[in-house]
Amino acid sequence: MELFIDITLLTFLCITALAITVIRKLFCAVMLAGIFSLLSACLFVSMDAVDVAFTEAAVGTGIATVLMLAALNLSHSREKCPPYQPLLALLVVCTTGAVLVYGTMDLPAFGDATAPIHHHVAPRYIEQSQQEIGPPNFVTSILASYRGYDTLAETVVIFTAGLSVVALLGIRDRRGGQSITTDRSAMKGYLVLRVVTKLLLPFIFLFALYVQFHGDYGPGGGFQAGVIFASGVIIHSLTLGRDRTLKAFPQRFLTILATAGVLLYGGTGLAAMVRGGNFLDYSVLGATALAGQHLGIFLVELGVGVTVFASMTLMYYAFSYRKEA
Amino acid sequence: MDSIPMNVSGHFNYWVAIFLMMTGFYVVISRGNLIKKLIGLNLFSTSVFILYISLGKIHGATAPIASETFHLYSNPLPHVLILTAIVVGVATTAVGLALTARIYEQYGTIEEDEIRIKDESL
Repeated sequence: MELFIDITLLTFLCITALAITVIRKLFCAVMLAGIFSLLSACLFVSMDAVDVAFTEAAVGTGIATVLMLAALNLSHSREKCPPYQPLLALLVVCTTGAVLVYGTMDLPAFGDATAPIHHHVAPRYIEQSQQEIGPPNFVTSILASYRGYDTLAETVVIFTAGLSVVALLGIRDRRGGQSITTDRSAMKGYLVLRVVTKLLLPFIFLFALYVQFHGDYGPGGGFQAGVIFASGVIIHSLTLGRDRTLKAFPQRFLTILATAGVLLYGGTGLAAMVRGGNFLDYSVLGATALAGQHLGIFLVELGVGVTVFASMTLMYYAFSYRKEA
Repeated sequence: MDSIPMNVSGHFNYWVAIFLMMTGFYVVISRGNLIKKLIGLNLFSTSVFILYISLGKIHGATAPIASETFHLYSNPLPHVLILTAIVVGVATTAVGLALTARIYEQYGTIEEDEIRIKDESL
């Protein structure tokens, strides 16, 4: 059964990828890319990577598609025919693919429990992380504690990307312009959408908080929670108009949040140093090592969530508020 | 060591992932439209994620969350690497899209060859 699901999903992925190559309408290509990432999220679930699937579904299908559509709105939506025959490109691609397939000959078979990758550090993470770190979700233990340095750097990357997008596009605040009642970006004619959005928003935010704070025990964590929170703000902006969103979540507030998240993460690391441990070694933060780890992971995940939320929302603002400023 | 059919079923996932990767790569190098190139790049990176997650899978194992009833878990390390890679991937896509939007404002087009013609005529 598992093999059947695997093969079906991979076939769908191939069809979608080929359709993206052929299609000329960029809008369709963006939607197909969204489908591609949703299918790959399903594939990740079938391969036991629930945290990854969660992230892919929230980020790849949600935020990436929204950003692509917003960018299309700022430019053309139809691709022109390239003036040359892409035979050379095809040749390069086939050669690279052949070399890579040749390289896989040495790889252990799919699902093989004796593969070297499963006998390096992974057994230690699985057998000892509960005594050393605490959370039942091994992915959270590794992400926030064992490999905390990586995650700190990645949080900084997201923060930098948010800053770059804002620096490139800028967010124009229309002060003293149109009043809220004449905001053209609000979906005035769609009563059902507006009412349903208002009803759903509290639950979206509540779910984001659940994902944030339940990440120790199940799939979830700062990255996913931040993205879900940001998608709540995006729905708010799409249906109720940008002016109301800017009032509820001002740009300045989000900039401060994005910075605060990175500082919270780095500050947790520094606090561990002040208490006599290594950078990002949370064991010294509490009365016992486990309590310290629990507090450290909580703070670090919060920092990640806040930064991801603020950066994603700022990116969306930058794209969607540019045209009619 | 193992026969040919065994090899095929054991490497099927990797090969499809490579096929998808190459499709993305093809879109990146053969298309002139900048947004299409970014879609291709996304395709490429998602396929790399599929390859990584395939390597971490163990037959008969379950998701890496400690439980009383299960004792065999898939390898959590690739999951961590890919989880952060996904979010970093969307961040880089966003910067690419922002650059594309600025290029469109300056040149009035997002087709590579038209941009080149305008550059040379300066």
